[in-house]
Amino acid sequence: MAKLKGAEILVKSLCKEGVRHIFGYPGGSVLPLYDALYDEKSITFHLTRHEQGAVHAADGYARATGEVGVCMATSGPGATNLVTGIATAHMDSIPMIAITGQVKSVLIGNDAFQEADIVGITRSVTKHNYLIKDVSEVARTVKEAFHIARTGRPGPVLIDLPVDVQMLEAEFEYPRTIEMRSYNPVLKGHPGQIKKIADAVEKSQRPLIYAGGGIILSGASQELTRFARKSNLPVTTTMMGLGGFPEDDPLSLGMLGMHGTAYANHAVQEADLIIAVGARFDDRVTGRIDDFAPRSTIVHIDVDPSSVGKNVKVDIPVIGDAKSILADLTSVVNRKECPEWHEKISSWKKQLPLTYRKDDKLRPQYVVERICELTKGRDVIVSTEVGQNQMWAAQFYTYTRPRTWLSSGGLGTMGYGLPAAIGAKVGCPDAVVFDIAGDGSIQMNIQELATAVIEKLPVKIAILNNGWLGMVRQWQELFYKKRYAFVGLAEDVDKYCPDFVKLAESYGALGIRVKEKNQVDAAIEKALEVDGPVVMDFVIEREENVYPMVPAGEAIDRMIHGLA
Amino acid sequence: MSKFIIAALVENKFGVLARISGLFSARGFNISSLAVGETEDPEVSRMTIVVDADEKILEQVKKQLNKLIEVITVYDLTGGEYVDRELILVKVKAASTDIREKIVQVVDSTGAEIVDIGKKSVTVEESGDEHRIKALVELLRPYGILEIVRTGKIALQSDA
Repeated sequence: MAKLKGAEILVKSLCKEGVRHIFGYPGGSVLPLYDALYDEKSITFHLTRHEQGAVHAADGYARATGEVGVCMATSGPGATNLVTGIATAHMDSIPMIAITGQVKSVLIGNDAFQEADIVGITRSVTKHNYLIKDVSEVARTVKEAFHIARTGRPGPVLIDLPVDVQMLEAEFEYPRTIEMRSYNPVLKGHPGQIKKIADAVEKSQRPLIYAGGGIILSGASQELTRFARKSNLPVTTTMMGLGGFPEDDPLSLGMLGMHGTAYANHAVQEADLIIAVGARFDDRVTGRIDDFAPRSTIVHIDVDPSSVGKNVKVDIPVIGDAKSILADLTSVVNRKECPEWHEKISSWKKQLPLTYRKDDKLRPQYVVERICELTKGRDVIVSTEVGQNQMWAAQFYTYTRPRTWLSSGGLGTMGYGLPAAIGAKVGCPDAVVFDIAGDGSIQMNIQELATAVIEKLPVKIAILNNGWLGMVRQWQELFYKKRYAFVGLAEDVDKYCPDFVKLAESYGALGIRVKEKNQVDAAIEKALEVDGPVVMDFVIEREENVYPMVPAGEAIDRMIHGLA
Repeated sequence: MSKFIIAALVENKFGVLARISGLFSARGFNISSLAVGETEDPEVSRMTIVVDADEKILEQVKKQLNKLIEVITVYDLTGGEYVDRELILVKVKAASTDIREKIVQVVDSTGAEIVDIGKKSVTVEESGDEHRIKALVELLRPYGILEIVRTGKIALQSDA
C-alpha cells in the first residue's frame, strides 16, 4: 500500500467523513495541511479574517445544515483564537471538529514559537480532544472524533496535530468501524418510562411541553409537532429551541424565560405537568429555581444523563434521543381534553401579548417584524449577535422551521452572528441569511465582512444601532440607578462611531442608513434585491428596552412589563 | 463537605488523569488521595479517588465522570461494603540505640515492619485500612515523626 503523509491522511479522512467545507486561517504549524488541502478538489476552503470568524462560521454551518462544522487554525495564537468559538459550540451542543497545528513533537512543552497547550486549554470546553503523537493514529482519530462530535449529545472535538506528524508517512486505510467501549450513548427511551409520561398526560389538568435545543439537534421537530398536536398539549420553547415547533401554531406559546412571553412564563408556573424535551433548565429559563413550576410534575427527556436532575428534581426521567422518544410517545399518548387550561392560556395571550410602543419612532421590534413580514414564504435563516438585538430577534420574528435560528445561547458570545451567517450561507446557498446585530456585537467580528464580500456570500446584516451596549445599559437602568458605566459607544447623540455605511462601502458591501420608520421597508427590500452583502444601519430609539423581563434571581412569573 | 470514595475504570491513556482531576478542581473540591494503576486488563486503569465534596454536587460530578469519553465505569463506594488498603512509610527520629529499641518494640506489637534503619532515624512501613494506619501514626508520634508518605487509598467493593 502506498504511504501518505500525515497531512494527506487527515485531509483524505475528512473527505471520508463527507466534509465539503472548511473554515480557517493558515500559519506556520499547519503548512503541510494547507498544502494537502490545495490539491483536494472536493473540499472548499473558506479563508476568514480571524480564527474566531472561522470557528463561528463552522458553528453556523453546523447549525444551519445539521452536518459537522469543520474549522482549522495554526498552533499558538491561531489555536487560542478558536477557544471562544469552541466554548460557544460546546455550550450549545453543536457538532464541530476543530483542527489545530501544533509545534514539532520534540518542542512541545518548551515554550516554542507559537506554542500553546491547546489540548489542556480546551479540555473543559470540548466534548473530547486529541493530541496525535503517532502518524498511524491520524485516520482512526478522525473517525472517532466525528463519531463523538455527531452522536449522543453533540459537541466540539479538537484534534491537535504536531507539524512533524503532518509530514511523517503512514499507510492510509480509513477504518470502517469504531470500537469505543467507554462511549455508547443511549438512544432508545425506556418503554416503561414512556408509558409513564402518557399516563401523566392522562392525569394532568394543565400540561405543558417545554422544548429546547435538543429538538433541533436531534431533528425531532416533526415528531414534536405530531406529539403536541395529537395530545393537544401547548408548547413553549427555549431560545435554543426556536423553530423546533412552529410559532404560528395555536398550540405555541413562543419562548419562555427571562425575556420570554408572559403567557409562557405564567403557563409554566401554573402547569401541573411539564414535559421537558432536550432542554436543560438553564437559569435564564427557570429564574429563581426554588419557585420554578411549583405545582408541576416534571418529565425530563434528554440524551445526556448528566443534564437530568441537575437543576430541578425530576419525577419521570427518560434518557435517550428526543426524536425516537417523541415518536414512541406519540404512539401511546391520547388526546388530552383540557379546555379550561387552553382558555386560560388564550386569555393570557390576549391580556399580555408581546408588544411595544407603536408610534412613529424607529423601534427595533418594528425592524425585526418587518424583516419577518417581508421575507414571508422565503427560505430564511436568522443569526444574531448577543444582547438586546438577540432578544428582539427571538421575540419579534416568527420561527416556524428548525435550523432557521442561529444564536449563541449558552455562552452568549458577542461577535457570533456575522461569521455564523457566513457559515450558514455556505451551507445553505439558496437561503436568505440575515444577521440581526447590535452596534456593539457587530464590531467584535466586523472583519468578516471581507470574507462575505470576497467569497460572494450575500449575507444581510441588520444593525439595530442605539449607540450603546444596550443590554448592559438596560440592566444599569433598571438595577443600577441609571449609572451607565462604560456602555456608551457613540461619541455623541448624533455622532455614532463607526459610520457603518462607509465601513460597509470600504469592504465593498452595500451600506444603507435608516433613521425613519417609513424607510424600513425600502431598506429591507433593497437588501433582498441586491446580490451581495448588505449592511443596514437602523438608527433606533436609543433607550428602548427588552420586555418582558424577569429580573435575575426572581421567579419567572414576576416580570417587568414595558407597557402597562 | 464530607469524604467520599469513588472508583473509576478508565482507558489507560495519557491525559485521562487531567480530565478527571479537572472535574473536581473546577468545582473547588480537594482530592485528598488518588491512586492509579493498571488493572487485570492492561488497557484499563483503575483510579481510587477520595474527595471532600458536597453530596449534591458530587452526584453531578459522578455523572460528568461517566460522560468523559475515556471513562468506562464509575463506582461510588461511599457507604457500601468494600475493602480498602493504604500503604504508609513513616520516618521517625531515633538518635540513640535506646530509642531505636523502643521503636522496634512498638512496631513489633503492631505488625508493621521496619524497612530502613539509619543513624538518626528508622523508617516504618505499614499497610492496612485507615484505622490501622492512623493507629500506627499515633503510636510513633511521641518519638518525633520526620516524614510521612502515603500511597492513597485503594479499594474494591465486597461481593457479600
